[in-house]
Amino acid sequence: MREGMKTKQNMLCPGSVMADRKKKAVVEGIAQAVFGVCASFVILVTASITVYMIGKGASAFWKVGVKEILFGTVWKPTAEKPSYGILYMILTSAVGTGLAVLLSVPIGVLTAVFLAEAADKRLAAVVKPAVELLAGIPSVIYGLLGISLLNPLMYRLELALFRDSPGHRFTGGANLLSAALVLAVMILPTVINISEAAIRGVQPGVRAASLALGGSRIQTIFCAVLPAAKSGIVTAVVLGVGRAVGEAMAITLVSGGCVNPPLPFYSVRFLATAIVSEMGYSSGLHRQMLFAIGLALLIFIMAVNTALTKIVKKGAENGG
Amino acid sequence: MVDETTLYHKRKRPAEAFLLSAVYGAASMSVILLAGMVGYVFFKGAGTVSWSFLTTAASVLQKTSGIGGNLVNTLYIAVLTLLAAVPVGVGAAVYLNEYAKPGKLVRLVEFTTETLSGIPSVIFGLFGMVFFGETLGLGYSLLAGAFTLSLMVLPLIVRNTQEALRTVPDSYRMGALGLGASRFYMIRTILLPSAMPGILTGLILAAGRIVGESAALLFTAGSGSRLPKPGAGASDTIRRLWEKAHESGGTLAVELYLQMQNGRYETAFGIGCVLIGIVLCINLLLKLGADRLGNKA
Repeated sequence: MREGMKTKQNMLCPGSVMADRKKKAVVEGIAQAVFGVCASFVILVTASITVYMIGKGASAFWKVGVKEILFGTVWKPTAEKPSYGILYMILTSAVGTGLAVLLSVPIGVLTAVFLAEAADKRLAAVVKPAVELLAGIPSVIYGLLGISLLNPLMYRLELALFRDSPGHRFTGGANLLSAALVLAVMILPTVINISEAAIRGVQPGVRAASLALGGSRIQTIFCAVLPAAKSGIVTAVVLGVGRAVGEAMAITLVSGGCVNPPLPFYSVRFLATAIVSEMGYSSGLHRQMLFAIGLALLIFIMAVNTALTKIVKKGAENGG
Repeated sequence: MVDETTLYHKRKRPAEAFLLSAVYGAASMSVILLAGMVGYVFFKGAGTVSWSFLTTAASVLQKTSGIGGNLVNTLYIAVLTLLAAVPVGVGAAVYLNEYAKPGKLVRLVEFTTETLSGIPSVIFGLFGMVFFGETLGLGYSLLAGAFTLSLMVLPLIVRNTQEALRTVPDSYRMGALGLGASRFYMIRTILLPSAMPGILTGLILAAGRIVGESAALLFTAGSGSRLPKPGAGASDTIRRLWEKAHESGGTLAVELYLQMQNGRYETAFGIGCVLIGIVLCINLLLKLGADRLGNKA
């Protein structure tokens, strides 16, 4: 009966919307399912990366011991009696990232102010593309410039500073300070772009009120607009930290590469650079250790991300 | 214009003058940094770049030190990566924007996208090495590298597509649905074409990241630099391409890193020139796209 109806309908108005309703419903269902699968794929990817890193990295923590890894200062993975302390690497990552952020944030936020507030249009038309291009330059090129331009300069400084201290081990300029400088330049575009968006997002009322109360342009920017853009600028800093902590290729060679306590003129090794420079020849427990370092990085990044979500939420509450 | 000779303007504010100059100083510093870096790379590397540098593979026997093989690998990996990532990314964005009701699933997808975009590329490299290289048995191959990178650029594509879909006015949707189009038909014929510029922007940005990426590729795609031989006939070419996908191959950025590690700075700067050239082209493309978009709106 129904079949008959359908053929009748088809005969009546072939190709009409009503004609192939059933077929359409099937197509609709399939389409929705396919799109849904695509969306859940993103969840799947993140979950499986996390699971794999835990699976591969946790075993090293289990075998060597959490305390020995996190608080041990001797990293000799290939020695006869290997020891796997990564404390110096953790400290190096922390100090190097901190230095980079300290250098980068003032410049970045001021540049963002320039782009969003102070600029006359022609100058901004030069600065803006420059920042965009800076963001696009591959990290290996930062590394190349660091090693062939910054390191010799740093070596000269080192020679001048430590001429009278025979105890100093010269690094040829490949030290923590060089690496921090390279990182600072690398995170600059991130800081600029996100701060600029934050400053532009400040409600015009804030600016107008400050100007109407007799605040000068600079007073308005620094006493009214920037405080209002605070949460966005914090976001910029946090993202900059995330990027600096995870960066490896640019600073493997620039930082020297020995596991040392993080002092400015010491050759040092970061967490991420340890993975890149040792994965090639590692095996067994050493390799598992490198995965453990990866796991530590991943956990740190996820913590940063969660903090970020909180900040953004709080900012939205305050702003709205 | 306001009269500049009022008392208000005469008052000296040294702190403000300092801040203003700091703002200008910071801005000009960014420009000088960029100009200095790009200039230095070109100054050091432009002499190395020549036609034979671009078209030959490095070989001791033939005494060539070209990057032709790496150039081909880069292109190949970029195409493979985008082929894998764009459909999934666009699909996910369409689901989030058009189908899903706000709730737990959407929040979860958005959180994971956010997380994924923050994961450092070294970790993608480790995961790719273990999962694609060992679990799926791809070893060091272009395919493993491309899959790894496609996970990495996925958030970029999802986010740009979402942005683009959000800018399509609701009246388009209502108009199409009101005329009796089904939802999928509306998405296919109205939404996706309208959002195409945004999707392309995401694609170009992703291409930029792929070209510059090295940490995620070092342990997945390896460092081979053989030039593929042209096949005889269409089917042979396809077969050769398929075989090539299973071989290890280093992109330009990976090759730059290796050259730098071995202290061959001349070649490294040459590759640097090529890379910066590509990045410049990509930025130019984005700019042109944005301008066209601006005119349309």
